[in-house]
Parts: sequence; C-alpha cells; structure tokens
Amino acid sequence: MPYIPHTPRDQERMMRAIGIGAVDELFRDVPESLRLRKQLDLPEPLSEMELVAELNEIANANRGVDHYTSFLGAGAYDHFVPSAVNHLVSRSEFYTAYTPYQAEISQGILQAIYEFQTMVCILTGMDVANASMYDGATAAAEAAVMSLNASGRKRVLVSQFVNPEYRSVISTYLSGGLATVDELACPGGVTGIDQLRAMLDDSVASVIVQYPNFAGIVEDLEALAGECQRVGAALIVIADPISLGLLKSPGALGADIVVGEGQSMGNPLHFGGPYLGFMGARVKYLRYLPGRISGATTDGEGNRGFVLTLQAREQHIRRERAYSNICTNQSLNALAATIYLSLMGKTGLRRVAELCLNKSHYLAGRLCEIDGVSMAYEAPFFKEFVVRLPMPAEEVVNKLRTHRILAGVPMGRYYSGMENLLLICVTEKRTKEDMDEFVQRLGAIL
Amino acid sequence: MSNIPEELRYAETHEWVKVDGKRALVGISDHAQEELGDVVALYLPDVGKQVSKGDKLAEIDSMKTSDVIYAPVSGTVVEVNSAVDETPEIVNEDPYGKGWLVVIEMSSPGEVDDLMTAAQYAEVAKGDS
Repeated sequence: MPYIPHTPRDQERMMRAIGIGAVDELFRDVPESLRLRKQLDLPEPLSEMELVAELNEIANANRGVDHYTSFLGAGAYDHFVPSAVNHLVSRSEFYTAYTPYQAEISQGILQAIYEFQTMVCILTGMDVANASMYDGATAAAEAAVMSLNASGRKRVLVSQFVNPEYRSVISTYLSGGLATVDELACPGGVTGIDQLRAMLDDSVASVIVQYPNFAGIVEDLEALAGECQRVGAALIVIADPISLGLLKSPGALGADIVVGEGQSMGNPLHFGGPYLGFMGARVKYLRYLPGRISGATTDGEGNRGFVLTLQAREQHIRRERAYSNICTNQSLNALAATIYLSLMGKTGLRRVAELCLNKSHYLAGRLCEIDGVSMAYEAPFFKEFVVRLPMPAEEVVNKLRTHRILAGVPMGRYYSGMENLLLICVTEKRTKEDMDEFVQRLGAIL
Repeated sequence: MSNIPEELRYAETHEWVKVDGKRALVGISDHAQEELGDVVALYLPDVGKQVSKGDKLAEIDSMKTSDVIYAPVSGTVVEVNSAVDETPEIVNEDPYGKGWLVVIEMSSPGEVDDLMTAAQYAEVAKGDS
C-alpha cells in the first residue's frame, strides 16, 4: 500500500499542470552517475498480520525492569508510576508532544503547562520556570548558556560528579568558542571547595553541580553558593526532583538556576526516552530563559486565561539574535509529571523520598557486611551510593545479570581508576526481598 | 501622526538624540514605539561600554517582536536608564522623557550633524506607515 494515496490519474493531472511527461523528469538535475538504476534490496512486503508478528518478535527480545530486579540509576530511575497518570495523559485532548501552534486555542494545555511551571518553582525554590526542556542534559547545557549570556563571561566550571553524559552534552553545547569548560574534582565524593575557591574568579559565568551528585551524595550547596556569590558567578544545580521531596530546595540554599531530568516524575523508563527536562531560575534570569513560558492573565471579559508569554525571547521572533533555539517543550511528558506531582502531593512525594532514602541505606549497610565490600565515600547520600568491590564491577554486573539482577552502573565506564566501583540505586519499588537476594547473590560470587 | 519634537535629531533606525555639550541623551522615537507595540523588555549596555556609530547599542522586546537599537553617535555609555528594567512600558508612554535609554559621551560630536532633523525624520516615519 503506498503511503501517499495519489491515483495514477492524480499524478497525470499534476504532471500536466507543471508540463512534464513522466515523474522521472523531476530528477533530471541529478547527474546520471548518481542515480540508482536498480530496485532497493528490500525484503518482500508483508501482510499486516505478518508484520505485527515480526515486530512482536523483535519487541519481545527486549528485557525491561519488569523482567529484572533493577538497581540501575545514573540519571534514569525506576520509580512507581500510578496508573492514573497513564489514563489521564492518554486523553486525546492532550495528544501533542509539544506546545501547540495557535497555542491560546488550547487553554487546557496551557493551564497544564502553567501548573507544571508552578510545581517546578515550588520544588526547586526558583522564581520562574519554563514549560520544560528536552531532557535533563540539554536543560543543564541551556542553563550554562543562560549564565554566559546574562554575564557576558566565557568560562564554566563543572563538577566531576555531574552526570558524565550531561557533562558531555554541556561541552558539546559550549564548543566552538562559546566558552571554556573546566572540571572540578570531587575528593571524598563531593565537589572540592578548596579547588573551587582557587579556580573561581570574575571570568567564571557559572558553576554547575548536581544534587544529589552522580555518586548519590548530597552536595553542600550553601557553601558552593557562598563561593559563587563572592565573584558573581551563577550556581547552576542539576537536581533529582524526587529528592526534593525531602531535601532543602536548591533555591533556599542559594542556587541561581535549577534544572534536572523529570523522568522520575510519572514517566516510565521507556528504554531511554522520551524524557523531559525541567528548568527554573531566579527572576533576574527571566529574559535569558529558553523555551516557552505559559502565563496566567485575564481576558477582555475578566475571565482567567492562559497565554504563551514573553515570546520575544524566542527564536521564531528573535531569529539569529535568540539566546536559544528551543521553541518548544515536552508537553505530554511534562503533563505526566504534573499529574504525578498532583497525585503524590507534598506528603506523598516526601514519602517516596523517605522510602528511597531508607531502602538505599538498608542495602548499603547490608552490602558492606560482605567481606571486601565497602562504601567508596563517607558522605551523606540519598537513593544512590557507590561501593568498592574486591573485583572489577563490570564482572560483578555480568555475573548478577544471569540471576536477573541489574546490580548497578560500573563507575569505570565513566571514570578511569574507578574500575572496582559500582553505583547502585534503590527506589521505593525495590522490596526487602529484592535487596536481600542481591546481597546474598553478591556474597556468593565474591 | 506620531510626535516628532523639533529640538531633537534622529537616526534612520529610529533613535533620537538630545545633545547637551558632549553628552548625547538617546532614546527611540514615538513612531518606533508605536510600531513595536507594548514594550516588555530592554537589554541595555553596561555603563562604560564603547560604541561606534551604527553599532548595536541595545535590544528591545515587545509583545510581538524584538529589535535592535543602534548607536546614533560614537562614544562611551556613561548612564543607562535602569527604570526601564522594572517598567519597560515607560518607553511606550513617554519615549522622549521618562523612557530615555542611555547617555553617550560623544567621541566625535560632529556626528550629530549627520543625523536627521525632525522634518527629515517625519518623511522617513511617513514612508514607514
């Protein structure tokens, strides 16, 4: 079945209208040597039934967190998603991946975005938030760009324990002379304040840290913010939104821009995406905020309504003078996050965070009872932690996988010299039985 | 018809200049603010910035568009109107008064003579609308 349902008659009429005799004549500007004069080597077409069977077979080769006990984290988290989230986001009124064109016609979507922004502000302690970003990594990179544009400075310092994949996206964004990116080491698992002090001067636009950081450790944001303020650099914090149910908000501790990955809030792992980034900032950065902002207003009859506001910041108006080329958001994912947060409420989110905290500390304690296993860092952590093993973490991960346990992410994949370190994540979904089995299996192979 | 005060000089890019010795007070014309519509933000230069005539001086955002404000004369920015940060609408309400943007200390005051008179600018504004 062709995808474009033109009949031969339609085609003939169109060709007559533009004065050609055959479709091939449309390609006459392509040199003969470059033209493919044979059929593509593709299999024969399948019936719908055969196609579904084949795709199912391929899909069934996937093994997700339903088939394994997962202790994987490192940026994508297996949190519980209440079934109401899926039911509500599946309403056809909400079916758009983005902010719609003619946005103001879709008052419901703009209201949902407005509520998302409000929740991001509450969670992060920021004054303003945008309608969401592509993911946590691009949100972090856009935050770095904001700090450059707002300050006119050309240097960014990034903590070693910012997610390595985020760091790579930040470096890509800032390559080509936009700014230099320097790394801050994390002795003892936290961003080193002495090194920061030594590197900070008035050439630094921003300092980027993660909260909790890649090793799961809760950074001392207040101390970092104090150093940044001394030289007028922005403190950019990449936060885990679930942790903010329990931890003090980055805003309350002096952060200037707070971003993060929103997948944890109501979005399944989905084999890596689509996810959503969130971004909040102090009001002085409002004009440098990328993407869309939904604003509340009143219409001519005095009714409450919503509009996309401050659009002159955006690329479709500002063109080459725009600070960012983000002119959209991840609406459906942001809606899932909004519904998730509404369902959880303050108390529910706090409870999820407490469960993560308590369970991860239980597992860390039990693992360290095994001979040769110890904590890599003695610093307060949230739902992730790093253990030192007596053998390469990759080997341990491979062995445990045969027991349907995804033991964690080997730190050696990202950091040289950390081959024996394993990053383990415990969400509220892991049971005591899951954890005890992990401990027992690990003990047996070491 | 927009207001084009006699005593000011104008650039083709719609900036006005009021000269006081070596100091040039700069803003945008009534015609320009009308064309832009509701002004929502200005991105003014820092005090101390050196500009040449025709350089980008500032940016201005309205509800519907965004535009560049060019330096009508060369020199050093010695004052900026910080009131427009909080209340950008004063550029709409009083473009020749409270809505002034910067003061440039001119390095070549003779450049003012190349700017348009009110009568000449009135022709430009008429051609626009």
